[in-house]
This record gives sequence, C-alpha cells and structure tokens, in this order.
Amino acid sequence: MIHVDEVTDAVARLCVEANSILPDDVMAALKKAVEIEESELGKNILEEIIDNDTIACSEGVPMCQDTGMTTVFIELGQDAEIVGGSLIDAVNRGVSRGYREGYLRKSVDKEPLFDRVNTGDNTPAIIHVDVVPGDKLHIEVAPKGAGSENMCGLKMLKPADGVEGLKRFVLDTVKNAGGNPCPPIIVGVGVGGNFEKVALMAKKALLRPIGSRNKDSRYAALEEELLKMINDMGIGPQGLGGRVTALDVHIDYMPAHIASLPVACAIQCHAARYREVTLG
Amino acid sequence: MKEMHITTPLDDRTITELEAGDRVYLTGIIYTARDAAHERMMRLIEEGKTLPFDIKGQVIYYTGPTPPRPGQVIGSVGPTTSGRMDSYTPKLLDMGLKGMIGKGGRSKDVIESMIKNKAVYMVAVGGAGAKIARCVKESSIVAFEDLGPEAIYRLMVENFPAVVAIDCYGNNQYEIGIKMYGRNL
Repeated sequence: MIHVDEVTDAVARLCVEANSILPDDVMAALKKAVEIEESELGKNILEEIIDNDTIACSEGVPMCQDTGMTTVFIELGQDAEIVGGSLIDAVNRGVSRGYREGYLRKSVDKEPLFDRVNTGDNTPAIIHVDVVPGDKLHIEVAPKGAGSENMCGLKMLKPADGVEGLKRFVLDTVKNAGGNPCPPIIVGVGVGGNFEKVALMAKKALLRPIGSRNKDSRYAALEEELLKMINDMGIGPQGLGGRVTALDVHIDYMPAHIASLPVACAIQCHAARYREVTLG
Repeated sequence: MKEMHITTPLDDRTITELEAGDRVYLTGIIYTARDAAHERMMRLIEEGKTLPFDIKGQVIYYTGPTPPRPGQVIGSVGPTTSGRMDSYTPKLLDMGLKGMIGKGGRSKDVIESMIKNKAVYMVAVGGAGAKIARCVKESSIVAFEDLGPEAIYRLMVENFPAVVAIDCYGNNQYEIGIKMYGRNL
C-alpha cells in the first residue's frame, strides 16, 4: 500500500535534488570531454561547467536557472495499491512544494498563446504513466530547460528515406540548434511507432546512461556513427567551436506502420538532470 | 583569443577593441530582460513612453534567475537563448543599447544593426548559473515586478565571465568556430 503523501514527499525531494546534483555518468563524460577538447576556449567553457556543477552540488543550489518544466515518468505496478487520493494530484503537489521549498524557478505559463500568465508553482508537470507488472511505484523526475527543448524536432519520413534519411534529419536538427541548446548535448533519437509515440521514445532515450548502446548491433553502430558525425561538425562547447558537441547519441526504436518512418530527435543540454525513486 | 576586463556602461573605444572569441570579464551595472520584459518595453516605446532605465551605453543580460535563498543576493542566473529577443533588439540598439549577454546565435537583422550602431554581443556559459551568481554583488528590481523571474533587474556585477560571440564588425564566433573545427560537412 502506497499513500499519496509518500508520493508527494518523494517528488518534492526529487525536484530539489535533480536540480542541484548532476548524475555521475554526465559528470564523468564532462571530465572526459575536457581531455578530448582541442579548442582552448572550448576547454575553458567545459571547465566552467564542471566548476558550476560542483558548486551547485556542494551548496545545494540549482545548477541552471532554467529549472525546467518538470517531466515525471512513472512506472505504476499493476498490483500496486495507491491510497489517499489521486496519484496525479499528489505528483503535482510534490512539484509545487519542491519548487517553492527548493527556491527553484517557476517557469510554467497557464495558457500558451494569448495571456501567458505564470501559474506560480511550476505545475502542472508533464506526467507519463506506464503500467508495468509488479506492485511497486517507480518515479523518475527529469527537469529540462527550454533552451534545449525548443531545439527538438520530429519528422514523418517515408520508409524509402531509410537510414540516410534518418541521419540527415538528426544532423540537420543538431546543426540548426547550433549553440542554442547549450552544447555539449546529449541526443536522443526515436524511430518508429507513430506521431506521438516517437517523441516520447526520443525523450526516454535521453535518460539512458551515457555510453550505453542499443542492444541491436545495427542501431548501436548507428549511434556511434552519428556521435562521430555530430562531433565532426565543429559546433563545440556552447557552439563557439570545438571538438566536443555531443556527449552521446542514444537511439531507440519500436514497430512502425508499413507506410511510416517516424523519427524524433530530442536534444538535451549538458545539465542532463534526473533523479529517481522506487516506492512500495 | 585575448582576455579583457571591461566596465559598464560601454564606450565606443572599448567596443571597437573587442573581437569575436575574446574572453571578457565585466564589472559594473547590467540590466536583465527576457521575453516578457522585451515585449513590455516595445509597448512602452510604441506608446511614446520612457523605458524603465536609460538604455544609452547599457548592457542587457538575457536571464531569468531562480529566487534567492535567504541571505543570497540572487539565485542561479545563467543566460537564456538570445534568438528569442532578435525581433526586439534592433529597435533597442537604435536607442543606444551597446551590449547584450545571452547564449546562441543572432539573426542577420540584429548583426546588421550591431554594425550600424557599434554594439557587441557577448555570451555567458549556458547552464553555469550557480557559478555566475557569485559575480553578482547587488540585485534590485527596476520594473515589471509582476513578471517574477522575467522582471527587469539591475545587477551590480564583478568580473562577470563572458565571451565575445559577435563583435561590432560583424565577426561571428559561431561561424569562425565551425570553420576552425568542422570536418568535411
């Protein structure tokens, strides 16, 4: 039995922690990037990023002022019993509390087109719920800023466009993004599914550990190839030129319609924040 | 790439010495403004009203800080993407704005207006807001308090680290960098 208050407490804590503690794999990748980077300015920038993330972690302050729209991925065990109220409301209460108590920026507008008035507590969160076997509740909080979010792209390719079409789309998306998404970036690519599913796949691919490869060797090879091609573009740290543009490329796929080749390219800045917990 | 310590407000002599790719450290007053504050400033200009601060020679920093904890001057305060302000910028440059700090590229119109008005575009490291906060010694709200993080703040900064991305001659580090490090694309 999991009470919704536990969910609220967990989400509030994860929001604060995610914004100040950079995951170990990302920090290790940044340190490796300093060694690889050939541009003096690029090296300088990478060192400033590492310094910043060290300050954020030791002082418990947000590493970036854009503390994001809070994306929450939930895996709900089909045998889990949630009591005390609505799970979704509990998550949003956690976001509201975490952003208030953690002195995080509230970056959500209530209505996007006409008024654009801030909701004042960073809710609503974007919440994805997957039902899975078991009786646990897994919560993953991933705050993501708009600088990188605004540079993501999606295209419904034709099956005949194939691997070359996918590569062109990913490289064009990264090239057009330039320095805007705060390189070094992580690139998540979704292939297959349909219009709405492919974007979610690309987003989730961002959460894979840096250095992990797709189990299908063809996709793994494509990840390596795209990573090399992206780093050969010369965009570099913050887009000001250099060897390290991306820390990694992750591709995930799923079955697609016989007439479709949906591709989504999600771009994540170097402040690749996430934090997770399992309840129950 | 040279290193320069500069003070605000910016004079023409300083601006003409700055070249794309230079490391600069700013000391003095800078003003924050992002999307909503720019929109409101444009409305004031259209209505023939004065801006909340005298823009001549000033530097605008595109940022929206996190709220300060008790005892802090300011929360995290890194740059936001400058391109979103492109449509507003030439008007402000014509009125005397001399410098901007943000991140990412600028439009052709902005660059042409920078050359015409002898202005400089600098970038701070995106996602380094906790470190940049240490350079901010004083912070006060100048206008549009209701916008929260999007209000205009007057910041007193010391040795604020930035890079000249586009100089007053139109040299663009985003293009120079790709030419230097790009391989066969």
